Formats: sequence, C-alpha cells, structure tokens
Amino acid sequence: MNLTLAVLLMLARAEPSRDTCRDCHAALEGPLAKPAVEFARDVHARSGFGCASCHGGDPTEEDPALSMSRARGFVGKIARTAIPRTCARCHSDAGLMHRFKPQQRVDQLAQYLTSVHGKRLARGDPAVATCTDCHGTHGILEVRNPQAPTHPLKLPATCGQCHADSRYMARYGLPTTQLAEYRASVHWEALSQRRDLSAPSCASCHGNHGATPPEVSSVAAVCETCHALLEELFRKSVHQPLFATMERGGCSVCHGHHKIERTSVDMLDGERSVCAQCHEPGSAGARLAAEMGRRIRELRVALDRSDQILARAARDGMEVSEAVLGRQEAREALVRARVAVHTTNLQEVLAWTKHGMAVAQATRQAGEEALRERDRRRMGLAVSLCAIGLAIAGLWLKLRSLESNRAGQ
Amino acid sequence: MEQAEPVKKGGRWQGWLEERLGWDRLSEFLAHKKVPVHSGTLWYYFGGITLFLFGIQVATGILLLLYYRPTAAEAYESVQFIVTRVEFGWLIRSIHSWSANLMVLTALIHMFSVAFLRGWRRPRELTWLSGVLLLGLTLALGFTGYLLPWNTTAYFATKVGTDLAGSVPLVGPALARFLRGGDEVTGATLTRFFGFHVALLPALMTALLGLHLALVQRFGISTPPLLESRGDVPQMPFVPNFVLRELMAWYLALGALGMLAALFPWPLGDKADPFAPAPAGIRPEWYFLAAFYTLKLLPSRLWVLESEQAGLIGLGLLALWWATLPFWGVRPDGRERTRLVTGTGVLLIAWLSTFSVLGYIE
Repeated sequence: MNLTLAVLLMLARAEPSRDTCRDCHAALEGPLAKPAVEFARDVHARSGFGCASCHGGDPTEEDPALSMSRARGFVGKIARTAIPRTCARCHSDAGLMHRFKPQQRVDQLAQYLTSVHGKRLARGDPAVATCTDCHGTHGILEVRNPQAPTHPLKLPATCGQCHADSRYMARYGLPTTQLAEYRASVHWEALSQRRDLSAPSCASCHGNHGATPPEVSSVAAVCETCHALLEELFRKSVHQPLFATMERGGCSVCHGHHKIERTSVDMLDGERSVCAQCHEPGSAGARLAAEMGRRIRELRVALDRSDQILARAARDGMEVSEAVLGRQEAREALVRARVAVHTTNLQEVLAWTKHGMAVAQATRQAGEEALRERDRRRMGLAVSLCAIGLAIAGLWLKLRSLESNRAGQ
Repeated sequence: MEQAEPVKKGGRWQGWLEERLGWDRLSEFLAHKKVPVHSGTLWYYFGGITLFLFGIQVATGILLLLYYRPTAAEAYESVQFIVTRVEFGWLIRSIHSWSANLMVLTALIHMFSVAFLRGWRRPRELTWLSGVLLLGLTLALGFTGYLLPWNTTAYFATKVGTDLAGSVPLVGPALARFLRGGDEVTGATLTRFFGFHVALLPALMTALLGLHLALVQRFGISTPPLLESRGDVPQMPFVPNFVLRELMAWYLALGALGMLAALFPWPLGDKADPFAPAPAGIRPEWYFLAAFYTLKLLPSRLWVLESEQAGLIGLGLLALWWATLPFWGVRPDGRERTRLVTGTGVLLIAWLSTFSVLGYIE
C-alpha cells in the first residue's frame, strides 16, 4: 500500500515526458519567450509543475491548436482578478500542499480576502496587489531565497513598487513616503546593516497576505509582538487610555510609525523632546519628563565615568573582572530606567536609577581602589628595585675589593 | 688519665658539621674550584639564572598550591581568588607566570651559548644531553601549566596542542587520549595536567637537574677550544668571585622579574567555555609559535603523510639532530665540524626567531 502511494507520488511529481509549452515558448522571441526562461528557476517547476498547471491546455500535444485548445482546458493569460483563486487551487488544498510543503499554511486566500488588497480586488479593482505582484509570475522563488522579492531584505522595495509610486497611489489617496521613512528607521538599520532577519519589515506589522494597516486600537498590539515588556509598562501609563482616542495612537504618538528612530533620553526634554509635542514648557508633564531625563542622564554619566576608571585599571593589568560584572548590572538598570519611562511614573524610573547609581558607585570605587593598588604596587616595585640595586652595588664593591686584594698579592 | 679530645678547627658548629659531613673537604674543594675568564664568560651566567628561575618557580608554585583547585568548576575562580583576594597573591601568580617564560628564554640562551662555545665536547656529552632533556621538561611544564587557570585562550591552545599530539605517527591517538583523559579537553584533562605539572614533571626535572649539576661539577666549566689552543687561560676562583658575580646576575634577574610582574601583571582572561566557538587569533605560548607556524604553512599532504604528521616527524628529527650534537659535531678523527655546528645553530636561531615573529603577527 505504502509502496503504491510512493510510486503515485513520484509519478505526480515527475516532469511530464514532454512540455510543448516550454519548448515552443523558448523558441519564440521577446515577451513570449520570457515565461519559458523564467519558469526554469521557478520553485514550482522544481516540484514538477508545468505551464498547464496554471494555464491549462495539453503540454503533450505539439500542435498549438490542440495544446492550447479550450477543449483541453486552456485558459491562456489569467485575468488579474482570477489570480488569487488560481493560486489557491493548490495553495488552499491542504492535501496537495502536504505532499510538497507539509509545514506551509493553506489559508493565504482566506487571509488575502480580508486584506485591503483582497477586498478591493473582490470589488473589481484589478490595480491592487495580487499574488504575482509580490511573488513574481513565472520565476517564483521561496521566501527564504535572498533573491526572492518577498525575502525580508527585499520586501520593503517590493511593497514600495506600488506604495512609493505617487502616481499609482494617487488614485487611492495614499501617501508614498512610507518606504523612504522606513529606510531611515532603526528597524531597517537592523535588517540591512546587522542582517538581522528577525527585524521587522512591512509584513511584520501589516501582515503579509492579510495586509492591512493596524487600527489605532491595535497598533500597540502590533508593536507588542516584539516589544512585550514596553507594552506592559505602557499599559500602566496615564497615556495609554488617552492615546487610544487619538487618530494615530499608541506607540506611534511618540515613536512615529514607519520612521522609527533610535530612542534616546533626549526624547524626554530639550530640543528633540517628543513630550513637548503635547506638554507645554513648565507644565507638570514637562517637568516630570525633565526629571526623568535628568536622573537617567545622571546614571549614564556615572556609568561612563565608572567604565573609564575600570578600563584604565584593566589596561594597567589590574584584575577588575568582578567590578566589570557589576557594571553590567548597572547598565541593565540604565536600560530598565529608560524603559520605565513608558509608565510615566517617576517612582518606577527612580527605582532603577537609584539601583544603577548604587552599583555604578560601587564599581567606580572598585576601579579607584584598583588604581590605588596599582600605585602601591609601583611604589613597592620602586623600593624593591632600590634594594636590589643596593645589593648589586654592595656585591660589586665586595668583588672589587676581593679582586684588588688578589691583584695586590 | 683522660684521653685528649681531637683538636677541631674553626668554631663549634663548624667542628660539629665537619665531624658529620666532611665540611672541610667540601670547603677545600670549593676553594680550589676555578672558572675560566674570557670574553665569553658572560654566557656562563645564564645556566645559573635558569637554575634561579627554577627555584622561583618551585617556591611560587608551592604558594599557589595553597589556594589553587584543579577542577574545571573551580580552577578559574580559585586563580581569580588568588589574584584579587589573597595578600600578594597577584604578585606570586604573576611572578610564577613571568618566571616560567623567562626560564624558557634563559634556558634557550644557555643552550645556544653552550653550543657556540663548544661546551658539549668530550667528555661533556651527557651534560649536553641532560641539558636538552631539561629544556624539553621546561617546555612540558610550560604546556601543562598554561591550561591550569582554565581560561579561554589556554583551553583552546591546549585543544590545538593535544590535537597535534594526536597526529604523532602510530601512537598519536593513544597519546592524545592519554594527555586529555578522554576524547576532548575537559576537567579530566585539567586534573591530569595538574598532576603532570606539580608532581611528575618537577620530580623528573629535579632528578635530571641533579644529574646535570653533578656532571657540571664533575667536569667543570669548559673553556672554548680556540682559547684553549692559545695557551694559559686566566681563571677566577669559583668561591667567592664567580659566586658573587652569579649572585649579581640573580639579583638582576629578580629585578627584571619584579618589574615585569608589577608593571605587566599576567592576565587572567575569561573563563573557558567548552561549548563556545574558538575565538579568533588563538595561538600557543611564544616558545611553541615557531613550530606552530611551521605546521600551519605546510601543504595539506606531503607525500603519503598528512601535513601535521609530516611536520611532527620533521620537527622531531630536528630536535633529535640537535640533541645528538656531541655525536655528529666531531669527526671520527677527533676534529670538530665547526662550520656545521655553527651553521646549524645559526639556522635554528633564525628559524625560531623569524617563525615566532611571523606566527605572532599573523
């Protein structure tokens, strides 16, 4: 039974003995040859699928009138509005997909139909993105393939093909600054420079097949998928219910959405303050933000000073590894204090800055003690070298005396 | 009538020692012992400095043993405790590490000076052989001691070193297993190396050092043949003249050692993590660098042998060739092969220094 199933599967996956579609199209010129050339590297071709799998027809017939006859199921070029359902014939078939990619989901069509793209397509708008706009048409590659337009490093540019095109987006009244803004963000920096493929790109926040802008109520939930601790702190904040009522609420009120820049304590007060967007200078909120900023800066300065002293001690060969471990604890306290800002509760911030200051002071003292010990060692060395020098001089004088006596004899 | 006591020379204690140890005979011997004085006398002091550094090694090693714990879980922490908490522990550990390195250096200088001053000639063949073996034991002490702090560089350098031992033809795999106490460098290797470092190797070293000193005593310090042929070479008394000069050299060595230990305390590094990938730039101690770099330069296969096997055979033959210098350095008719000996020595120094520098900067 199992053997029969295996043979059937092999036959099903096997390339047809002839594929007249590819043979003929490869011999043609211009755009008609392109599908045959591109399909050679297509993931479907490698799994044994041919042109007829999507376009219908009979690839065993040499006569175009027969191979491309309606009677043999030929559908020709697939209408854009029909593309999702054509792909779904296989990709929504759990039984079939299980044979080729058992781990792959089969709800892409269902997801797509919930997306803005899918809804508009269903209403007959063929200009919105369908499967082939993101995945390609005849040269489809797996997402993990770095050449694939859906690979995390390529995805922003793929979405940007439409969303950064001002003429194309004009009909929908959508802005086209997202791609440029995203490329100025800390997320793109992580993705493109550190090659951290877990860093978010478009689909991480908007979804892929069910792509839709997060609602105001859900934007924090989107950020929370990665920044869970920050979200937990933000829920304690007085901002949380207020931001929920704003047009662009949640995290994006302070951090923006596509152009999310590296965070800094300067976001609390001063020229780059995001708090100042709402809080008037001198107001209670502004004073609170300034106090948080002052305490965090104070801790950072104390840590930098401690680091300098420890580094100098280590450079001079002093063993300060225990203090260096303590410094890590203080650095963690600094991070905790910074994230505690999301609670808008000064006491939460102070709890961490006080802890960090205590550790920084201890590590600084350890570093200073190591430097004093270094000086004591050097003083001891100088005294020892003097004693050794005197001993050598004494021996030399004794030797001279012995040798002059011997010469005198 | 009472019988008169035998008349004793010197003080009460001198008499007491004379009766039991024959002190006068020793004093008499030392009073007549001479050391040749010439332009190369300076090189004679390096043997004594090596002996002094060995003494420092024994003394500081015993002190380190008071706190050191030879297990993978505690070794690093115990050394950390020594250098941070124990009074003058940092100094003892630093002196132990620096003197080990200086000892290898002075032993090498001593060996080459003896080779160039022709101190290996008949009847001093065994003195030379025991000296070469002592150098080998010094290197073995360095190799085993390097692992004991159980830090990252030591761990991976030992891994590379014992891997190389596994490439020795015929006995390699068994030798590597014996050294490691298993297939990998683990806590078992540390305990084993500790045993070698504090018991087996020092015992062998002490015995061989005794033989070496006895042979030096038996045949005296040699005079270079060129000076010997010119006639009467001036001599100085061993006691006190040479001893006082040697003492000055020891004081100088102590000063240098103190400066190195205080100004450049031997680093402890990070604790070894056997599951972490080997950090970049792992290399052995400087005295193994030339051999290490040579092995690295060899092509992957030489004739029917793997490069490491071929390299180890080559290095082994080179060491054997050098150790048997007294037997090929003289022709059957008694004339020395001066050019061959000097040429081999110069080439050996050139190889050691050049390849060590290349291995270091690579």
